[in-house]
Amino acid sequence: MATVSIRAVRKAFGSHEVLHGVDVEVADGEFVILVGPSGCGKSTLLRMIAGLENITRGDIAIGDRVVNNVAPKERDIAMVFQNYALYPHMTVRDNMAFSLLLAKAPKQVIDEKVGRAASILGLTPYLDRYPRQLSGGQRQRVAMGRAIVRDPQVFLFDEPLSNLDAKLRVAMRAEIKDLHQRLGTTTVYVTHDQIEAMTMADKIVVMNSGNVEQIGAPLELYDRPANLFVAGFIGSPAMNFVRGRIEGGSLRSGSVSFPLPPGAPAGHTGDVIYGIRPEHLRLDPQGIAASIVVVEPTGSETQVIMKFGDATMLGETRPVGAFRERIADTPGATLHVSPDTSLVHLFDEATGARLN
Amino acid sequence: MDASTWKPSRAEPSWLARLFDYKPFLIFICLLPAIGLLLAFLTYPLGLGIYLAFTDTEIGGNGEWVGLENFISLLDDRIFITSVWNTLFYTFTATVLKFALGLWLALLLNHHIPFKSFLRAIILLPYITPTVLSAIAFWWIYDPQFSIISYVLVDRLHILDHYIDFLGTPWAARWSLIVANVWRGIPFVAITLLAGLQTISPSLYEAALLDGASPWQSFRHITSPLLMPILAIVMTFSVLFTFTDFQLVYAITRGGPINSTHLMATLAFQRGIPGAQLGEGAAIAVAMIPFLVFATLFSYYALGRRKWQQGSDND
Ligand SMILES: Nc1ncnc2c1ncn2[C@@H]1O[C@H](COP(=O)(O)OP(=O)(O)O)[C@@H](O)[C@H]1O
Ligand SMILES: [Mg+2]
Repeated sequence: MATVSIRAVRKAFGSHEVLHGVDVEVADGEFVILVGPSGCGKSTLLRMIAGLENITRGDIAIGDRVVNNVAPKERDIAMVFQNYALYPHMTVRDNMAFSLLLAKAPKQVIDEKVGRAASILGLTPYLDRYPRQLSGGQRQRVAMGRAIVRDPQVFLFDEPLSNLDAKLRVAMRAEIKDLHQRLGTTTVYVTHDQIEAMTMADKIVVMNSGNVEQIGAPLELYDRPANLFVAGFIGSPAMNFVRGRIEGGSLRSGSVSFPLPPGAPAGHTGDVIYGIRPEHLRLDPQGIAASIVVVEPTGSETQVIMKFGDATMLGETRPVGAFRERIADTPGATLHVSPDTSLVHLFDEATGARLN
Repeated sequence: MDASTWKPSRAEPSWLARLFDYKPFLIFICLLPAIGLLLAFLTYPLGLGIYLAFTDTEIGGNGEWVGLENFISLLDDRIFITSVWNTLFYTFTATVLKFALGLWLALLLNHHIPFKSFLRAIILLPYITPTVLSAIAFWWIYDPQFSIISYVLVDRLHILDHYIDFLGTPWAARWSLIVANVWRGIPFVAITLLAGLQTISPSLYEAALLDGASPWQSFRHITSPLLMPILAIVMTFSVLFTFTDFQLVYAITRGGPINSTHLMATLAFQRGIPGAQLGEGAAIAVAMIPFLVFATLFSYYALGRRKWQQGSDND
């Protein structure tokens, strides 16, 4: 097992720079998830750790060794590809055994390692099948088996669950996390799905167009997003953003006033984004009046899409509330809600930086 | 009749409608045009050729049925035996060379090299040039007095002190023909194999790289097994085309010197048309059939889907 250090790493394809100086430290045995919208450079960073892309600037170290000029096979990493990259002409057994075969491992060792990986992943009955004869979830497991058999220092996963249907994805999520807890191997995992990141990671690295926006434990990012991007990216349903100005101890947007959180910069001038998560709004007869647009009961809670009078929102969004209560009111009716002020986030609109 | 008692009436279909609903009849009707074309343009000439092979027909005369006489006389026909041997040698050597060079070219073109699309276009040139035209060009290249190769080697580079007689002796002529055939056949092999290479997902090579494969091991364990299905098809076609080659040989050597470069196809034509012995020419052509059937059977088994190709491809 090993640590992974990514220090001031830049990547350019020709003259087009896609990573603008990324620093990430992965501790020994840690499960780190790189998350961000499509095209932000997650796969590129992962492929640089693997050695499939060269490093334009900066250093990547695995353990104590800087691997910038180390060949992929010498890095002692194993990668699970998004499309699994199973060798179609080899059986499940041969797919898993391929790396050992190339390393000239004795047959006995190969059989033992493949057998063990297959039993961990429940693949034993399928060892003599070809990839085409397997379901998506089974292929996914074979790809992981191929990585496990190598017993590497670091596992790399590139969106391994994105080709599975929703239900299977949830099941595999738990399986991968369980696997990590059993094997304890340092893991770097790429996904664009923030729920995957929140549920699986020890540490999340939020990326956006080639930059790291914030690094932290899942709940740290949820509780104290460092900027507008992270605030909007983490959490589902997404945080509501009201645009306004701080005036006389509250935030005014149009003619609506929102209560400020403790520690708000009272003297801040300029446009402020007032962020409140749907689940941090509660029904309160003394609260802000909101007219109901759509009511979406899910059983455990009720989501309500609303409108706060003439308050303006960031972008084309509508405020959403998620309430434990069941709501019988119909669209058009008025609801009174108030935010939990200790859980309100303020951001500077111009820079996106956190203000409280 | 009021609305509540009305029922839609179902008229009994006419016999014609029922006939057209009858599946075997429909299949027969739909296949008829294709079968007709095949009969007219394939079966008839083939049948006539086979029939002629058992007669002593000459041009301008009606032949008599002579049974196997043509074939028996071919068995101790020196020139025929040579032509069979030439055809096998020509096919084997040219195919090996075409595949070695074609695969090499395809592998090169599958990498990121400068001027890739330009090179791909260039590679197709020999294939789109009419065969007779390229044959004439080779004839000129191989000319004993005006050969550009001799000119360069003797007059420019002074490596040799005499002009090469490419087509004057049997072995030189055979190799010259093989070179011309390889030149002409490489594009087909290279382009089809390149198409095959491009169906192999790059992530397989990346996975192999991480699994510790050297470039040679990647080729041996990934490229070659995945290319094998298409390679078998291309190989079969290439063998069929080379085996039945006529134009190049006829245009460059006409079977000479002293009938030493005849292929079965050129000899059949030589005997049948200029030689006017239609029956004998047809017999030589018919003698090619067993070889071609063998090649086709080979392709039938090579074309069969391998076990790993069965099943669904979707993720
Ligand atoms: N081989 C390449 N050549 C040029 N640009 C590339 C290449 N690979 C990726 N890119 C660009 O780099 C950016 C990041 O890509 P990628 O790392 O795949 O994003 P992600 O995995 O986060 O969706 C994208 O803008 C993509 O177009
Ligand atoms: Mg990606």
